[in-house]
Amino acid sequence: MGITFKLYAGLSQYLPPTAHRNAATLELQAEETVEQFIDRQKVPRAEVHLVLVNGRHLEGPERERHILKEGDTLAIWPPVAGG
Amino acid sequence: MSWTGKILRVDLGAGTCTSEPLNMQWANDYMGQRGLATKYLVEETDPKVDPFSPDNKMIFATGPLTGTIAPTSGRWSVVCKGPLTGAIACSNSGGFFGAELKNAGWDMVIFEGKSASPVYLDITNDKAELKDASDLWGKSVWETETELRERRGDPDVRVASIGLAGENGVLYAAVVNDMDRAAGRSGVGAVMGSKHLKAVVVRGTVGVKVKDPMAMMKTSNAAKEILAENAVTGQGLPTHGTQVLMNVINEVGALPTRNGHDVQFDGAHDISAEAMAEVRESDGQANLVSNHACFGCPISCARRSKIDPTHFTVKDKPKYQIVSGGLEYEAAWALGAANGVNDLDALTYANFVCNEQGLDPISLGATIGAAMDLYKVGAISKEDTGGHALEFGNTEAFVAMVEATARGEGFGKEIGQGSRRLCEKYGHPEFSMTVKSQEFPAYDPRGIQGMGLTYATSNRGACHLRSYTVASEVLGIPEKTDPLVTEGKAGLVKAFQDATAAVDSSGTCVFTTFALSGEDIAPMVDAACEGDWSVERFVEVGERIWNMERQYNIAAGFTGADDTLPERMLKDAAKTGPAEGKVNGLSEMLPEYYQLRGWDDSGVPSAETLARLGL
Repeated sequence: MGITFKLYAGLSQYLPPTAHRNAATLELQAEETVEQFIDRQKVPRAEVHLVLVNGRHLEGPERERHILKEGDTLAIWPPVAGG
Repeated sequence: MSWTGKILRVDLGAGTCTSEPLNMQWANDYMGQRGLATKYLVEETDPKVDPFSPDNKMIFATGPLTGTIAPTSGRWSVVCKGPLTGAIACSNSGGFFGAELKNAGWDMVIFEGKSASPVYLDITNDKAELKDASDLWGKSVWETETELRERRGDPDVRVASIGLAGENGVLYAAVVNDMDRAAGRSGVGAVMGSKHLKAVVVRGTVGVKVKDPMAMMKTSNAAKEILAENAVTGQGLPTHGTQVLMNVINEVGALPTRNGHDVQFDGAHDISAEAMAEVRESDGQANLVSNHACFGCPISCARRSKIDPTHFTVKDKPKYQIVSGGLEYEAAWALGAANGVNDLDALTYANFVCNEQGLDPISLGATIGAAMDLYKVGAISKEDTGGHALEFGNTEAFVAMVEATARGEGFGKEIGQGSRRLCEKYGHPEFSMTVKSQEFPAYDPRGIQGMGLTYATSNRGACHLRSYTVASEVLGIPEKTDPLVTEGKAGLVKAFQDATAAVDSSGTCVFTTFALSGEDIAPMVDAACEGDWSVERFVEVGERIWNMERQYNIAAGFTGADDTLPERMLKDAAKTGPAEGKVNGLSEMLPEYYQLRGWDDSGVPSAETLARLGL
């Protein structure tokens, strides 16, 4: 089942070739935290700004602790804003 | 000092243009642009005036930093009593027109009365003259601007004008300058049309003087450096534009969809910044052509787009097969998600039409969404809509409504009155997603609680640009707050409202505040203007302006009962996403907000507050 992994704006280059329109379904490793998952996908930490798990924002320290579970949606943006 | 010290007063009834000195006491107390023009309106008009009466005045206003070397100094505003809301209207635009007006030597132009026949105002530095515009009446913004440019024979003139919407009294008609930058909200274009003023053309070569040129260089360069180094203003906005928010706001479950029935749109990706950059099959090009900057702006958030020439909206219409102003987030949301329409090129076409004929895409899109709600319950039928099945997601019907509204034809006349009047007429006032009769923008108050208080208390009717708490609640600027809680939002909204009023009144762009604070902006005002412009004074001016606008609205007949949200936001819980099960907790925020403002329980500023602010 895995998780839905979404990378937006300039980060889409780090998605696997199987990705469609900024999203890919990827398998989880056991007890994998958000930060471990991001590192495994080789998304540079410096470009990771806005991190949402199931739409909820995770601050930096929470990313180290938060363990992903099957069916989650992890979405990440570089620094962006609008109005 | 960077106030020119001169106001141009145009009596449209008498056909005269006269120069008068700027009231410097007011300039010191209200800075410029939004604040200063509102002060003039307050002093010179009756708040109960009919917005379309010749007695309503309309003011084109620059700020002290407009036209200077300060970054984003292209901002200017149109201030009047708004016909959509009956409240104070202040619509802010960018482009190059405002800086040109300032460089011609004018802080403001005050239009009063009404011309017997169509005219345009022609300004070259201190020379100003009303000219016959009978041959321009009935023409679009694009045609008018092109014609006036050719007539003047000077490629450097700048033009602000109205299209058919302003002429026809569409209650959310815009004033458009530089082809696709707009003073968009609250119907300021309809007030211009009611005065038979088609356009203002300006050429300015006088320049703008500042108090301390060296300090101006130093403070402006410091601000530019911060903007360049900041990841949002230096990279995010220039590269992706505001449209990058489409997927963000959808993901956090705060994208008002199908007239607020839902908070997430399954077609969000199709109309996002990412989709704009995708190469299409038909011609191997992307919708997005480039970014674009207003006068003196290092951010360049604006988009330039080209519609697929084979798309049904433009395939037989060469005039739309051009590179022009592309979708911003608000327009893409209102024209798209609010109607359940996910056709990017159809939305881009609708956006072109808004620019061409001078319409606010937020109110237009949201009103079509309300009409789709009316159609859904059978309150209107194909007989009303000219044969169109006005169902959520019906792209062809949506495009037909945009065209009909722009031309003032058929059911478009009804849509041109805005959703509050439309929904009341057909027996469902609860379908109107408005505050003070103005359609709210692209953030659902159930998913971003602070935006509920923002909309409810905005002095010009529902608006995101009066206190953009999304910055904090979603983007973490300057500090992250939880979008799903009400605690602390009263103070957050007040702080954003006061700071934004000050930034607007300086003549710079509120988008700088993703990187700059008052600590960076006030020193530029101080370098440009006489007097000691500390950060404290800068913010206090913002608070003074907010309370002045509030007082105007109270005198116009508004009460605390108008500080509310549509029932759908207060009673119908969000169905999906992080806010699932939540409504907006306005009642938990509003009393605290009044208290922090120094207003009584019914939302009226206390005598003490007014005295403290010198009102």
